[in-house]
Amino acid sequence: MENSTLISIEALKKHFPTSGGRFTALNGIDLKIGKAEFTGVVGPSGSGKTTLLNIIGSLDSPSEGRAMVLGLSISDLNVKQAALLRRTRLGFIFQSYNLLPVYTVFENVELPLLLLKLNESQRRKMVMDSLEWLGLTDKVKSKPAQLSGGECQRVAIARAMVKRPEIVLADEPTANLDAANSHNILKTMVRLNSEFQTTFIFATHDDKVISYLKRKISLVDGKVEKDEITGN
Amino acid sequence: MIRFLLKGIFRDRQRSLLPVLVATIGVMLTVTLYCWLNGFLNDSIELNARFSTGHVKIMTAPYAGNIDQIPNDLALTGVDSLMKKLKKEFPAMKWQQRIHFGGLIDAPDPAGVTRSQGPAIGIGIDMLSGDHSEIERFNLEKSLRRGKLPAHQGDILISELFSQKLKVNPGDTVTLIGSTMNGSMAMYNYVIAGTIVFGTPGMDQGSVIVDLKDVRDALDMNDAAGEIIGYLPEKYYDDKTAEQVVTRFNLLFPPSGDKYAPVITTLRKQNNLGQMMDQISQVGAFVVLIFVLSMSLVFWNAGLLGGMRRYMEFGTRLAIGEDYSHIYRTMIYEAVLIGIVGSVSGTAVGLLLSLYLQNHGLDLGSMMKNSSILMPSVFHARITAIAFFIGFIPGLFSTVAGTALSGIGIYKRKTAQLFKELEA
Repeated sequence: MENSTLISIEALKKHFPTSGGRFTALNGIDLKIGKAEFTGVVGPSGSGKTTLLNIIGSLDSPSEGRAMVLGLSISDLNVKQAALLRRTRLGFIFQSYNLLPVYTVFENVELPLLLLKLNESQRRKMVMDSLEWLGLTDKVKSKPAQLSGGECQRVAIARAMVKRPEIVLADEPTANLDAANSHNILKTMVRLNSEFQTTFIFATHDDKVISYLKRKISLVDGKVEKDEITGN
Repeated sequence: MIRFLLKGIFRDRQRSLLPVLVATIGVMLTVTLYCWLNGFLNDSIELNARFSTGHVKIMTAPYAGNIDQIPNDLALTGVDSLMKKLKKEFPAMKWQQRIHFGGLIDAPDPAGVTRSQGPAIGIGIDMLSGDHSEIERFNLEKSLRRGKLPAHQGDILISELFSQKLKVNPGDTVTLIGSTMNGSMAMYNYVIAGTIVFGTPGMDQGSVIVDLKDVRDALDMNDAAGEIIGYLPEKYYDDKTAEQVVTRFNLLFPPSGDKYAPVITTLRKQNNLGQMMDQISQVGAFVVLIFVLSMSLVFWNAGLLGGMRRYMEFGTRLAIGEDYSHIYRTMIYEAVLIGIVGSVSGTAVGLLLSLYLQNHGLDLGSMMKNSSILMPSVFHARITAIAFFIGFIPGLFSTVAGTALSGIGIYKRKTAQLFKELEA
């Protein structure tokens, strides 16, 4: 693997058992994703976008082939090792934000750091830095219910970024946002990508997201149909 | 992480208030029921001890063998010297002589002709020697319904129910017709000093109480008594101490071959009270078991509902790298905390309720109108050291067990489904 390559996927297949046999969600994927890329896996529903994201995020493992993420073979990781990889080196952004409603913005963003067993002053600094990047320092004590959709997604991004992961995986991050908020969020992610050299990988079919991508990997029926560098 | 969880528990009422309330109610019921059943059985035992068995009882072996027939012809003799020895050798104990007897109580009209008559069970106790302990033991002052307590030889107390049946009143003369210790007929006149209500249906039917000396005079039982009753210094019966008294007594009075020599027995070995005492120790375990099972089911369900409610939270925590066992452990920590808080508050409320029941009791007299068993009609709770801890078993165990069962569902979550599950 080249030094700048964070993700290396070779002949990756993923099958799911069905009542009639099996369904192949990914059918021989080969790709490499490097440091600081702003990449999107695009395609229609059922094309295998989320399955690919799951495997890169160590939430699932390949049926065949090889998936190396940050030097680790996903197939060889047990449940605890996979959790450790997610906990330390990956960030996740969900379509529905998934903020914990009883906790404040600060506490929601702090959660990943609690799992890393950092001391309180370290946590405080990292959370405040993250909230500053996302322009949320005035919302520290707010609860998710007091925030707009755009603000909630910014908190979710802060939570994903707070531990400075090498890769952030985002599944349809703008699906619940209006156009203005979507652009705002995407601009923020572009800024974070360039500022911290964090690799962003999206699963999306949203044109707004696609318009910001630097690389677009198109999946159709579990195969890479097109892998193109865009003009962004 | 602990602080993070605590914040979640305190802020989310459905996660804290509801389970704590359930635990509190369950623990309160456990503690109260345990104390009340404990008091119920102890009251029954102590009532038997006060009126019948003592904590230990000395009789002749033949008397003990036929005790249901009240065989005064087999009574202890030479009791004055025996009493002196007992008081010397067991100074901490209270010893009392008693004579049980049966007979007819005859109520004559002014001409001396029988007006009414009824069978009576009587007891001769020390009421006029100046020692008030038997009066207190039988709670006679509070039991007095009409008239006054005996103040002179020849006075008799008669149960209120029996007095109504015989249509006699305080001041009237009645005649006891029975048999002496030697088997001859005994007739003895008494003046009714007062009527009493014992509060124990078994004794309110047809009982009379007479001073010991009057019974001795009536039944030719000078220096004799059916039984000598001993009470331990502690308020409640303790089998171990009673057995120590028995062992010492048997050393002081070794078997001599005399058929009428005194023999001693403990409360536990009389009137099937041993069985009742065993029940006391089983009661706690039984109550706890019932509440552990029922509360575990409640918490299992509450845990399942909570798990559904927190589905998104657990999914998010799994996705960001918390492993299954850590989430499961945090659920158990929360359950332990809720269990402790619920147990402490439930125990406090339960003890307060038990204290009230210990002081005031619960009157079940109306339910036992026709009972002939020697049982109190007012049942009190009894708070023991165990009551301070017993609630923690269902309180803690059931919250943890319920959560542990419901939490297993965490391990069934597939991380590969998380993006899908967390979409909605």
